Amino acid sequence: MHNQARLEFTSLPANVAFARVAVAAFASQLDFTLNDLEEIKVAVSEAVANAVIHAYENRPEGIVIVEMVITDEILEIRVEDRGKGIANVKKALEPSYSTDPERMGLGFVFMQSFMDSLHVESSVGKGTIVTMSKKVGSGKNWQNAH
Amino acid sequence: MDLELDYKDGVLFVRPNGEVDIGVSDELRKVLEDNLEKKLVSHLVFNLSKVSFIDSSGLGVILGRYKKVRKQGGQVSLVAPQPQVRRILALSGLLTILKEYSSEEEAASAGGVRGKRDA
Repeated sequence: MHNQARLEFTSLPANVAFARVAVAAFASQLDFTLNDLEEIKVAVSEAVANAVIHAYENRPEGIVIVEMVITDEILEIRVEDRGKGIANVKKALEPSYSTDPERMGLGFVFMQSFMDSLHVESSVGKGTIVTMSKKVGSGKNWQNAH
Repeated sequence: MDLELDYKDGVLFVRPNGEVDIGVSDELRKVLEDNLEKKLVSHLVFNLSKVSFIDSSGLGVILGRYKKVRKQGGQVSLVAPQPQVRRILALSGLLTILKEYSSEEEAASAGGVRGKRDA
């Protein structure tokens, strides 16, 4: 099975909900459990929120692109912005890394925990591409691991 | 997200209804800050029973208020999070610092509602 879809929207906080619901609806073509779909929603929410808050620093004129591809039993999600970029990706991926005291530095932690793979590519001044994937029945159960 | 607030005997009950994400976290933070400034709050109770989704923006609002209320000697509790929300709370570590109750009454009595203890 192969299917793909693409969303392109302005960097408004209200569009974070739109993105996660759209991706979850697309993902539900596969046999994901309800828990899996909830996890996908959180991961998408964090990735798109990062684009809105950090990449575009809450400026509403930015463009966020979300691409999703289903290949057999794997969902791949790509969240792209053309914002300010991340200077140190390795550091940004560390738990509790946050540039804002009101945020918990958990965005990437949730993406890593809830998806099977996470890849972040960023270039200062050019933007960031977050690619993550999840396989049906991958059985990633962090609750048992903690 | 809809929001209902109730203040009684030093306890501020916060009842968000819907999804708590970046689209509403600023507004929620502002309303709570206003209330924490104007009222003497010894116990902040987040009733999460009607919250269907939360992400790190929502958790940040809870953690930020926790720090503030704790600094003033008060406490913060969570009531009845739905399973999917509870998993996020657990993974974030918030469940290790916040007490969780199954009802507002239980939270309020455990926190010792002022004026009620002697009744």
